[in-house]
Amino acid sequence: MTTVREAGVGRELTVVPRRHVGRWVAAVLLLLALAWLAGAFANADIDWATVRHYFGAGPLLRGLLITIALTLVAMLLGIVLGTAVGVMRLSRNPVTAAVAWGYVWIFRGTPVYLQLLVWFNLALIFPYLTVPGVTTARTVDLITPFAAASLGLGINQGAYTSEVVRGGIQSVDEGQTEAAHAIGMTNWMTLRKVVLPQAMRVILPPIGNEFIGMVKTTSLASAIGVTEILNEAQSIYIVNNRIMELLIVCGVWYLAAVSVLSIAQFYLERHFARGSSSRALPPTPLQRLRGAFAGSKAAR
Amino acid sequence: MSAPASSGTALVRIESVHKYFGDLHVLNGVDLEVAEGEVVCLLGPSGSGKSTLLRCINHIEAVSSGRIQVGDEVIGYRQRGDQLHELPARAIAAQRRDIGMVFQRFNLFQHRTVLQNVTDGPVLVRKHQRAAAAKSAIELLERVGLAEKHDAYPRQLSGGQQQRVAIARALAMEPRLMLFDEPTSALDPELVGEVLDVMKDLARTGLTMIVVTHEIGFAKEVADRVAFMDGGAILEVGPPSQVLVNPRQPRTRAFLSRVL
Repeated sequence: MTTVREAGVGRELTVVPRRHVGRWVAAVLLLLALAWLAGAFANADIDWATVRHYFGAGPLLRGLLITIALTLVAMLLGIVLGTAVGVMRLSRNPVTAAVAWGYVWIFRGTPVYLQLLVWFNLALIFPYLTVPGVTTARTVDLITPFAAASLGLGINQGAYTSEVVRGGIQSVDEGQTEAAHAIGMTNWMTLRKVVLPQAMRVILPPIGNEFIGMVKTTSLASAIGVTEILNEAQSIYIVNNRIMELLIVCGVWYLAAVSVLSIAQFYLERHFARGSSSRALPPTPLQRLRGAFAGSKAAR
Repeated sequence: MSAPASSGTALVRIESVHKYFGDLHVLNGVDLEVAEGEVVCLLGPSGSGKSTLLRCINHIEAVSSGRIQVGDEVIGYRQRGDQLHELPARAIAAQRRDIGMVFQRFNLFQHRTVLQNVTDGPVLVRKHQRAAAAKSAIELLERVGLAEKHDAYPRQLSGGQQQRVAIARALAMEPRLMLFDEPTSALDPELVGEVLDVMKDLARTGLTMIVVTHEIGFAKEVADRVAFMDGGAILEVGPPSQVLVNPRQPRTRAFLSRVL
């Protein structure tokens, strides 16, 4: 027993944290690599004044707006379709489930590029689109490049999103449905008020992924003449040959759009995490910043 | 094996109910009547069909043949001559409003607070005003001793507390019949008592209750009648003083000697 006491019991023992040598080495290597890359860009023939000029240029900003609009429209269509089809896949009605299966099979099984071309050339199959008793219009007038791209990207997205929704619904415990039925909720009410809100926790991260993917996939729409940002950039650099300058501008705009979406995703996920853990939610970065400020003021 | 209801008129009539899961014959001709205001406990070994029988009463499971009546209504079906035609889902949902159910694993809505769990039924299903529903919900939560937890989420509560909220949620629909499916089986031993106390209070108010349970003590103290099930059938029904103290069936005797 005396040996234990000699080993330090009764004295205050300090804790020395483990030293992380590897982290320092990695950080230094990373900085060197970045410096080399920055040097390469600086010495390359890139006119930074041109880059700065095109950030405010009208055609690129218009292209950016079209990229954003196309993303929003296609994702809205994709999420609405995906939710409906995901629910249909799980229906006990075999006809409904088969329709949903067929939709996913076709639109997930062919390239989105091909689908864009099909929608753009829809007039080859349906020269006229008719709402019986109301109106008839020529398909080529109706299906503009933007409309074709919205349909093509949205319907393709719906096939993927439906699988995400199906997985989310299946992740909710069956007891939740039973409890909802037991207090007299209809199937529709159970889905809307009990199952889908809880499925959102599983559905949101992949949807966030798909949303961000869509920002970039819209660039495919340039193939059918949608003047989105990359298309605009190409039309400019074909004339002035400032290829890298314009690509840098586009890249920065894409990153900015995606960053805004990532922030929105963080807060949405937080909202749907209510009740998912026995502990309170961790503070947001903003709250943490405010807390740090308040803390340092209090310390002073 | 149906025994006549001990008092009053029958609220629940279960008539020669059979239930198959594939080839498995889970319920093998069950007859039982439960009178208005009566508390009936279903006992029996696991796999004897007690939970399935209970789940057939509110059509969470559909019977394979036979008939279950609650009040004047055949649950889940419309009877035409000798045939039972399954009702549309919406009509079945309407029948379930008057039948409360408490589950073994609570099944509280995880994304809703305690108060919302209790008000969702009245507000969404019965279309009551939210403020009025909240007021009666708080009263119910006081009755189960959890009013101060109304803002908590289910995962922040102990099992016993969750089950008491689940009872309040079922009561908020003002049911004429309450079904309890092993309400204390998923609880830590020290939490069983608080749930049984709430159920004893309910029994005293004259609510009709059917309780699947392994708590022999509870059955002895609270039940008007006890039904012993084995192999998908009710072997014996009677007051607890008879079934639990002097069982007539050897299988009841064997079961009791194992659990007591």
